[in-house]
Amino acid sequence: MAEGLGWWGVPLAIVAGTMRGGTPFLFVSLGECLTEKSGKINLGLEGTLLTGAMTAYGTSYLTGSPWLGILAAGLAGLVLGSIHGWLSQQYRVNDVAVGIAMIIFGSGIAFFFGKPFIQPSAPQLPTLNLAGSAVSPAVEAALQISPLFLLGIALAPLMTWFFKSTRWGLYVRAVGDSPDAARAMGVSIFKVRMLSIMAGSFLAGIGGAALSLYYPGVWTERISSGQGLMAVALVIFARWNPIMCLWASLLFGGAQALGPALQSVGIKQGYYLFNAAPYVLTLLIMILTCSPKRTLAGVPGALGIDN
Amino acid sequence: MSQLFGVSRRQIIRGLLATGAFGLTAKLGTGCTASSTGSSAESGSGGKDEPMTIGFIYVGPKDDYGYNQAHAEGAAAMAKKFSWVKLVEEANVPETTAVAESMRSMIDIDGAKALFPTSFGYYDPHILELAVDYPDVQFFHAGGLYKEGSTPKNIGSYYGYIDEAQYIAGIVAGLTSKTGKLGFVAAKPIPQVLRNVNSFTLGARSVKPSVTTQVVFTGNWAEPIKEAEATNSMADQGIDVVTCHVDSPKVVMETAEKRGIFSSGYHANQLALAPKGYLTGAEWDWSNIYSQLAEEMHSGKKLMDGGISHILRGGLKEGFCKVSDYGVAVSSDTKQKADAVKAQFMDGSMVIYKGEIKDNKGNVVVAASESLKQQDPKLEQMNYLVEGVVGSIGS
Amino acid sequence: MQTWRRTLESLCLSFGAILVGLLLFGLFCAMVGANPLEVYGLIWKAAFGSASTFQNTLIRASPLMLSALCTALPARLGLVIIGNEGALVMGGLAAISIGLAIGTALPPILVQTAMAIAGLVAGGLWIAAAGALRHYRAVNETISSLLLNYIAIALLNHLVGGPMRDPSSLNKPSTFPLAEVNMLGDIPGTRVHWGLVYGLVACLITYFLMQRTTFGFAARTAGGNVRAARIAGLPVGKLTVIICFLAGSCAGLAGMVEVAAVQGTANESLNVGYGYGGILVAFAARHNPLAAVLISLLVGGILASGGILQRSLNLPDATVLVFQGLVFLVVLYSDSLYGKIRFFKEKPIITTSASPPSSPGEEPVVTV
Repeated sequence: MAEGLGWWGVPLAIVAGTMRGGTPFLFVSLGECLTEKSGKINLGLEGTLLTGAMTAYGTSYLTGSPWLGILAAGLAGLVLGSIHGWLSQQYRVNDVAVGIAMIIFGSGIAFFFGKPFIQPSAPQLPTLNLAGSAVSPAVEAALQISPLFLLGIALAPLMTWFFKSTRWGLYVRAVGDSPDAARAMGVSIFKVRMLSIMAGSFLAGIGGAALSLYYPGVWTERISSGQGLMAVALVIFARWNPIMCLWASLLFGGAQALGPALQSVGIKQGYYLFNAAPYVLTLLIMILTCSPKRTLAGVPGALGIDN
Repeated sequence: MSQLFGVSRRQIIRGLLATGAFGLTAKLGTGCTASSTGSSAESGSGGKDEPMTIGFIYVGPKDDYGYNQAHAEGAAAMAKKFSWVKLVEEANVPETTAVAESMRSMIDIDGAKALFPTSFGYYDPHILELAVDYPDVQFFHAGGLYKEGSTPKNIGSYYGYIDEAQYIAGIVAGLTSKTGKLGFVAAKPIPQVLRNVNSFTLGARSVKPSVTTQVVFTGNWAEPIKEAEATNSMADQGIDVVTCHVDSPKVVMETAEKRGIFSSGYHANQLALAPKGYLTGAEWDWSNIYSQLAEEMHSGKKLMDGGISHILRGGLKEGFCKVSDYGVAVSSDTKQKADAVKAQFMDGSMVIYKGEIKDNKGNVVVAASESLKQQDPKLEQMNYLVEGVVGSIGS
Repeated sequence: MQTWRRTLESLCLSFGAILVGLLLFGLFCAMVGANPLEVYGLIWKAAFGSASTFQNTLIRASPLMLSALCTALPARLGLVIIGNEGALVMGGLAAISIGLAIGTALPPILVQTAMAIAGLVAGGLWIAAAGALRHYRAVNETISSLLLNYIAIALLNHLVGGPMRDPSSLNKPSTFPLAEVNMLGDIPGTRVHWGLVYGLVACLITYFLMQRTTFGFAARTAGGNVRAARIAGLPVGKLTVIICFLAGSCAGLAGMVEVAAVQGTANESLNVGYGYGGILVAFAARHNPLAAVLISLLVGGILASGGILQRSLNLPDATVLVFQGLVFLVVLYSDSLYGKIRFFKEKPIITTSASPPSSPGEEPVVTV
């Protein structure tokens, strides 16, 4: 007989929610991090996330292979990213505006073609069970880890290494920090930004796949509930540092579990306010850490400046 | 600089004055506003095979595997049954001026004679206003409260007592649960939801008085991640049967199945999503009521002259809802007990809310002498959780 | 001479972009098996076809005009504010609070004025906060205003679901209703509420404020080059906060209109995306308040036609999103063509379509 965990359920739910709910955040925020490092913002990742989720679910359902689904989601992200990358670099075109138009367009595409996939059940990604059989079922369930999560964890230090130690990483940082210097180096700003945005959108598409093929593991039109937009704030929260993105994603993922978990142990009031906790927290941290006297460590110098 | 800000201050004041002026003009305007848009629709009491246009409006996508889909399937069944029905549908219509405009174009452009705006929030003020503008069009609203005398005559209200099915699902859940703890993932603490939570709990406690139901409100009709988190944290707390009242129950059912606990469906049959743990479920069946209304209208009956009743309600007996077939985990003894109560519902002898019932704070909400039949308007204003429910209705 | 040319250029480019957007949408419809000509016919019929359907367009356009100003005004200072939804919600909440507090103790005109002021102030403070954070703490205003949206919506849900809830609102949690006499009515002879006039007047006022006053000139100067503005002695901080306040108050007024002219209460229907629509309108209008009026009408028309596409052609409800997305992408692209077309006077439209913007599925070439 399964025994209730009582108050211990709250930290457990948060730990589990961290890994489950943090996975899509992780991919989207790493994608956004790469994009912003090159000097452009992509708010359209909300649309990319939805398109990715739909493509992954549909592909997994039609082919029976969730791994193909993930690949398809990434490619769908790539296509949307190429539109954003090309358009947001045109003269006088603002990247925030293109992003919002891409949210509408991306979600339109996802909803339009996703109708037939709402009802059927698609094969889900297998999960790795880290716990032995001796622990309680609750802990066992909490430790069901998706390979996507592990992939994301590996990706964060990899991206740090990429920025720090590779020639291409240097190009991306140069283009993002000081386009003039990059131009002097003979680097094509357009190409570097285009590729960064496309690669970032590829990751965001995979983030969508994590939503529909891992957790919560369905395709519905409300699946993303603003996570793509949140990723933009998350990256700032993480100071454009991939490793920090990892921690921030885990934090935001855990925060999603807080509201329901607190209710189930008897905290009954104010769940709307609990649900808004990550937003308040991000804002507070931004207020506390920003200063007009110095620029934030890690902020790409060209961010938010039109071409 | 001071000059600069002198200008700006004046600008602000100018702006404020202008708004004041808007208010003034607005007031003058209301004095002479008349709903000039006449009724373009002729009376629908035509010949037997004259086509009749019926409009349906949904607040979400009509294939959400939940509330909207249930209505859309009912509408489709009606259109399939009668060749003279011309069905026009709009989905994802928000509860703003958008729905008023959708209804208007269905009437003006498509010539709709009857409208079924299926979301509760469409009623006040949108349907109430449109009904005055188009006195010859019949409006049927799911869940509204028709008030004799004040509501326009061409508005009808219909809804199903799906809590009867939830009561039976509660019996099955109570008898099947090993821990005696049930879970209910709910969207918002509104009467329709509370009634389902309470009936489910009363059903379970009618067979095992020690059973409790944990309710978690996600705050919105479609929050897949929070619904999954709620289900997971319930499983962590030792709850072994979950049900829900959200727009699409798919997440709750699949998560419960993954955690190896039992589930009870809502809106539609979700057996396919949880083949092992699905016990039963409360399903809508709108096709009967929609077909019946279409047929009545076609034969010339109307809301306006009382030919069609303004308040249509029904439960299991009337075929507004049904109980899913029992799943593999339900014992034959349990089936027997549940079926016995179902039979009482079918012959009309069963009353769920009969005294004495206390809420979960210890107040008496249904007195010992009271027996509230399903039609009782008091039940449509439910604002309490009965004894045995763990949770609170504050936001 | 140059002015009319420029006006003509922007008119041609805008309409050319809309035409291209329509063309792409027609292609999309053809791809999914609908007849594009029929689609165009239906869109026209549903949005602009008759006086009655045009009112549908006007009704949908009016909240967008006010909401668009929330992005358009700060843009003149070089700020990208996307907190329209939050300011709208806060304006609606403040307006209903004042409206309920006064009740029928004062004549309706005064109540409405008080509600409008409450909406203006609440929305204004909400965005002014983002502006102040930008100036005094260097917090990115795009992100802070985005976060403020979520916070405002959570606040709305919390208040409407609990402290301010009218128990008789039953299945749609709402605040207590505004007294019937205090409601803003419709413009006589139409079914369009007074919010449209609010929007038009606000766009006119802000246009003159930004284009024809020293204040507007100062703002535009500061937006062009902050350092130069500082050297010239302009109080950039005050300008930022004031402009953001004005911007937010426009969105707040939109919230007041939703409460006082449409819903009669505050509830979750305040949050239906007018904010995000407004952002796009502002960008598509190149932050010109008068152009925002026209673009709002266009978007209102698109939204109005969404229903008929579902009803007559059985296209899914998401079709209108694809339509909207395509039109906006092309309109945004058209901005980059300003000044690039030498003989725009002769054949601007053809020039626009000669370099077609990216369409779905078609991958732009990754070269410089």
